[in-house]
Amino acid sequence: MRLGLVIDLDTCVGCHACAVACKQWNTSGTSGPLTDESPYGPEPGGVWFNRVRHFEVDDYPHNKTVNLPLSCMHCENAECVDVCPTGASYKRAEDGIVLVDHDKCMGCNLCAWACPYGARELDPAEGVMKKCTLCIDRIHDAALPEAERQPACVITCPARARFFGDFDDPDSTVSRLVRERAGQKLLPELGYRPTNTYLPPRTAPPVPTDDVRRAQPVTGVEAWIPAPKPR
Amino acid sequence: MHPALSVILFTVLSGAGYGLFSLVAVLQLTGGYPAAAPGEALLQLGVALVLITIGLVSSSLHLHNPRNAWRAFLRVHTSWLSREALLAVAFYPFALIHLWGTATGAGGLTAAAGWLAVLLAGGTVFSTGMIYAGLKTLRQWHTALTPANYLLLGLALGAVFMAAVHAFSGGSDPLPVALALGALVVAGLMKGIYYLWIRLAGGPTLNTATGFTRAPVRLMDPGHSAATFLTREFGNDPGRGRVERVRLGVLGLGFVLPVLLLAWMLQGASAVWVYAALLSALMGIGLERWLFFAEARHSVMLYHGLQRT
Repeated sequence: MRLGLVIDLDTCVGCHACAVACKQWNTSGTSGPLTDESPYGPEPGGVWFNRVRHFEVDDYPHNKTVNLPLSCMHCENAECVDVCPTGASYKRAEDGIVLVDHDKCMGCNLCAWACPYGARELDPAEGVMKKCTLCIDRIHDAALPEAERQPACVITCPARARFFGDFDDPDSTVSRLVRERAGQKLLPELGYRPTNTYLPPRTAPPVPTDDVRRAQPVTGVEAWIPAPKPR
Repeated sequence: MHPALSVILFTVLSGAGYGLFSLVAVLQLTGGYPAAAPGEALLQLGVALVLITIGLVSSSLHLHNPRNAWRAFLRVHTSWLSREALLAVAFYPFALIHLWGTATGAGGLTAAAGWLAVLLAGGTVFSTGMIYAGLKTLRQWHTALTPANYLLLGLALGAVFMAAVHAFSGGSDPLPVALALGALVVAGLMKGIYYLWIRLAGGPTLNTATGFTRAPVRLMDPGHSAATFLTREFGNDPGRGRVERVRLGVLGLGFVLPVLLLAWMLQGASAVWVYAALLSALMGIGLERWLFFAEARHSVMLYHGLQRT
């Protein structure tokens, strides 16, 4: 099993709901707390497992805003695990999830240095490294209804731009999406072989939109304004 | 990368200590050490161990959870940091046996311990270099030049220390001075090659970091309004002008000035100039270590506005 996320850059609206849902779930979960530094001060900071960044691609008039949510890619070649001197960082053989055992971490930051995606953040209050767990305390929780055994970010996404599943299963939703939409990995040249995959924006609308205008009941403002009533 | 003072102190001082220990021990074991006063070799080895110990203690200062530091010896099969920790600790018993052998004049097994200590010292400095060279995320570090620089700079600084301690003990043999001069020249050449090499473009760009490789990409918003762990750890950019000024300081103070002073000493100048050479080399190589961090651009910064690494 190789669990991970597919993120659709075509439909992501950059609302940060995934980041907030992640923070909410994990700060009260097994990784918690996700310590905040001066949350009500002029420069609020703190630990986040998922951050959304906003980019402009291409030049005007062909420019497009792309929102890029970034969290742990649960790489197949996870060098953050290799460089860890204490064995606190490990990759689960059964589902490929990369985790940190906070009881073993000595807070040397080397795993964060080895991660090209910025997925790891040090919790200054506890002095240990923290990272996305793919909501391991949700996805394997048999007490939850099956539809809810997904990461918090996926469940909350209002644009349905996030998908969770097994990349080793060729019939899973994530595998099908990657196949059909030419899913891309970030920084492939570094050789980390990330599991999380990004679907590039579509070049054509997924459904025909030529007739949208014609099908509208109101064709113009004039038709919409009630005609003046003679007195 | 943010240059942490504890890591700069650790790599410079312990590198110099391991270099000094190795040079003195090899000269002793091959019978070439030009001791002027009784106990001089002991002083040399003592200075080396003090430097190494100050370095190692300061390296533990950058740990955020030091009570788990003992676990750092557990991942020798994958982690260069683990290997460095193990080799650094394994060095001490053999170094102390060699020290005891030097003090009592015992030969035989203590000589074997000396050779082993030299190997472990070299292995420790090599591992320090490999910690940085193994990180693919920093193209300025991901090169064989990194461990080569660490080894040569440690040897060069150790050689200048040896010449200084030799002069302090009242010695006037030209061998330590000539060794220091030669080591500085070789280390300086290697550092020059490194500075030329990192000018070559060729690392991850914002295009490969976002997957949009057929159009220019610009960061509009990093998604947070204040500094984060990532920007504090990786976001240090001292600016082009400052980097070039520091580079001049590295080459001038670290290599040119001490080489000139040592060459002048070989021509017959007073031995007190070796202290000036030592101070200059220490400052220059301290600056070199600062620049090594400040100049490295982590690929995470691509997601914070950097166009290329």
